[in-house]
Amino acid sequence: MNRYPLWKNLLILGVVLTGLLLAWPNLYSQDPSIEVTAARGAEITDSSKGEIQAALENANVPFKAIEPREEGKLLVRFATPGNQLKGQEAIEQTLAERYRSALTQVADLPGWMRAMELNQMSLGLDLRGGIHVVIDVDMEAALDQALERYIGDIRTLLREDKVRYLTVTRDGGSIEVKFKDAETRDAGEKAIRREFRDLDIESTQDGADLVLLARLPEAQQQEIKNFALEQNITTLRNRVNALGVAEPSIARQGERRIVVELPGARDPGRLKEILGATATLEYRLVDTENSVADAVSGRLPVGSKLYSERNGTPILLKRRVIVTGDQITDASAGFDSQSGTPAVFVNLDGQGARRMRNVTTENVGKPMAVVFIENRTTTRMVEGEPVKTTRKVEEVISVATIREPFGRRFQTTGLDSSDEAHNTALLLRSGALAAPIQIVEERTIGPSLGQDNIDQGFMSVMIGLALVIGFMALYYRVFGLVADLVLVVNLVLIVGVLSMLQATLTLPGIAGIVLTVGMAVDANVLIFERIREEIRNGNSPQASIHAGYDKALSTIVDANVTTLIAAVVLFSFGTGPVKGFAVTLFIGILTSMFTAILGSRALINLIYGGRRLNKLAI
Amino acid sequence: MSKKRTINDFGIDFMGKRKLAATLSGAALVLCLLSILFRGFDLGLDFTGGTVIELGYPAPAELSDVRATLEQEGLEAATIQYFGSRTDVLIRLAPKEGEADSAQLSDRVYRTLNQAAGGEVELRRVEFVGPQVGEELREKGGLAVLFSLIGILIYVALRFEWRFAVGAVAALVHDVIFTVGMFSIFQIPFDLTVLAAVLAVIGYSLNDTIVIFDRIRENFRRMRKGTVIGITNSSINQTLSRTIVTSGTTLLVLFALYVLGGEAISGFSLALIIGIFVGTYSTIYVATAVVIWLGLSRNDLMPVKKEGAEMDAIP
Repeated sequence: MNRYPLWKNLLILGVVLTGLLLAWPNLYSQDPSIEVTAARGAEITDSSKGEIQAALENANVPFKAIEPREEGKLLVRFATPGNQLKGQEAIEQTLAERYRSALTQVADLPGWMRAMELNQMSLGLDLRGGIHVVIDVDMEAALDQALERYIGDIRTLLREDKVRYLTVTRDGGSIEVKFKDAETRDAGEKAIRREFRDLDIESTQDGADLVLLARLPEAQQQEIKNFALEQNITTLRNRVNALGVAEPSIARQGERRIVVELPGARDPGRLKEILGATATLEYRLVDTENSVADAVSGRLPVGSKLYSERNGTPILLKRRVIVTGDQITDASAGFDSQSGTPAVFVNLDGQGARRMRNVTTENVGKPMAVVFIENRTTTRMVEGEPVKTTRKVEEVISVATIREPFGRRFQTTGLDSSDEAHNTALLLRSGALAAPIQIVEERTIGPSLGQDNIDQGFMSVMIGLALVIGFMALYYRVFGLVADLVLVVNLVLIVGVLSMLQATLTLPGIAGIVLTVGMAVDANVLIFERIREEIRNGNSPQASIHAGYDKALSTIVDANVTTLIAAVVLFSFGTGPVKGFAVTLFIGILTSMFTAILGSRALINLIYGGRRLNKLAI
Repeated sequence: MSKKRTINDFGIDFMGKRKLAATLSGAALVLCLLSILFRGFDLGLDFTGGTVIELGYPAPAELSDVRATLEQEGLEAATIQYFGSRTDVLIRLAPKEGEADSAQLSDRVYRTLNQAAGGEVELRRVEFVGPQVGEELREKGGLAVLFSLIGILIYVALRFEWRFAVGAVAALVHDVIFTVGMFSIFQIPFDLTVLAAVLAVIGYSLNDTIVIFDRIRENFRRMRKGTVIGITNSSINQTLSRTIVTSGTTLLVLFALYVLGGEAISGFSLALIIGIFVGTYSTIYVATAVVIWLGLSRNDLMPVKKEGAEMDAIP
């Protein structure tokens, strides 16, 4: 009686050994390292390793190894943080134009572990330090921009098709095109339907005018929003890469949010400077036919809009945008070869280049302006409700005469300083953001606090574990020791599963582990109390063990399933830290059920199974 | 096995005092609800929005100096306090109206104070939560509690009987209100981790309730004689030692966590400590009492539906 078949014992042993193997990497320390990536336009090649090695040797910085990493990166390992910093200096000094370096920590695992792709637990930012920001993308603005583009395109189309229209205006979420008579309206409808298949078009009447109402269908709006989010993510990725942080993570969260995580980063100010600047450029023709003075006094000509230059001088620009920031594929700062003043060199994509060529060909000798648009978003509380207002700050940063037709490549001069040219180019190069963004959540944890959290968390797990182990051994004797052993195995399994899944361990996650330690013994307590009861009822020791495990089983399963429900709910509703708690709680319940029911039974069977017993040490 | 080492069969008449307990529970709940309604919570940053900055000074810092430095720059902190030690300063900024970009505020505060202290100040932590995020988190938190209660209600109703489900959920509601009420009465800061702890309390309390329900069901099927109250009483007594041992070990680790885990999770551990006490109590005097009050009889638990029998057959 009370013997497990061999296969069952082997299965349990197999699971435990696998858990040990998975948890093993966590015993190794971490190397202070530098991650080297290629700067813009450069590439990590076979010779890169030699160059970096030479740079380090020249500067007399000892290093442990240089090894390739995924995605064409190189990793330089050092023995001490001091060498790591010196190493970065050496690399920055000699190879800064082609390589970027970022400080990081990488586990010093032996080769066979790396070959098996075993990994350490991935620590959350609250444990390793770093910056976590949640960014909200202004979808309403994205839709607005799309509508404005359609309006411009519809005007152009009707003009090109020689369809006479009265006005093209925006009315909330739809575009209103007014015509004088049915004939032009039908022609207009045909043209718009032909060119813009994605618009919903409806013809109505407004007083004497005939109106075409064009709307963006729901699916189309969704697509625009998706695109805005995707574009922002791409842009953010480029900008964040410029910060020199190893393993940055930029991920979408829900419909309109982006989560940026920068492990190890220390300066949230720099990140915000880069994120906060949602600048874009618009190239527009200057309206030279109408008087600026008239416009200032209120008589704004149709098709033009009043702007002001940096020094405050009003200037009249055509409403129609030639090229917007999202059509800019690259930009760099330099000096104008003729005047020697700072300049920004701009590259456009195919569509932008075509439009630019068309417009410049027709307008040689006329001035063209660059409007710099910055979106500043503020949130204020009005009667307890957060109200968000986005203020668009538009400024004409340069007016230049079109010297000759140009398309894909051109330069803009007239910037105040080379610093400004550099900044503008950097923002443009990162690609303009399609919609304004706003930081809605930030959590920055300094490295020392992260380490404190790890130490305190580790300490409380250990002390809690020691207390429980001591109590169980005293109270249940041999059975208690068995429970203790499976409790330790349970911890190892949790660590192993966390390492395997690469689920992020957070401080609340550690709390979850501590809680599991407390609750994991519950299953064994239930079983042992049941065994004691059976013995009191006069059953033989062997029968008592058997009945104890059997009868407690359904109770254990019921009790744990309900806790699992709570963990699942926590996971689906929780954010960051709470999710970490839910993950460890969930994993902990599953592993504790395995160890407390099967594991402890196997041990008890090995100790007591199949022999004659007079009494049990329980 | 010596008799003195067992703590079974106390023969305590738990159910005999259920009216007294109901009165006590009722009074406590009313007090908690009143406090929640009128006093509210010391809601943490996660729910209100705002900014918290934790700074590490090389030497003990004077809070009045910190405040003065900030005021010189036109920065008004809602609270400035020590966090753990006198070298650690915690600055709270309320969500500001019309501030250009509240996310930038923390940088200004840190730069200002760092300059004033000669660049020796370490930025230990910045947490900024925008007002709309705070509102979402409040909403999500409430929903999370609600959904876990519903999920549990369904599971218990399927596995046991509707009276048990009602009893279990009544106990959980009791525990949630009591735990949360304590945070309101004593104005202990209530943040996201506390919410997580409240959900863990739900899990724990239920765990406890299920164990006793299981035993009640088993005893009803096994014992031919005995009143409903009598069988319930002996079920509670039979599982009492387990109740004490499990809550004891859990409390052991929680106290370790409370004392050693640092400020960041002290609220979490405190909520769980309160929750485990009240969860253990509510199992007996809320969950079980409600089941009796709803008129449980032996017939309700006879294994007509075979769930229980099947479970027992699983090795």
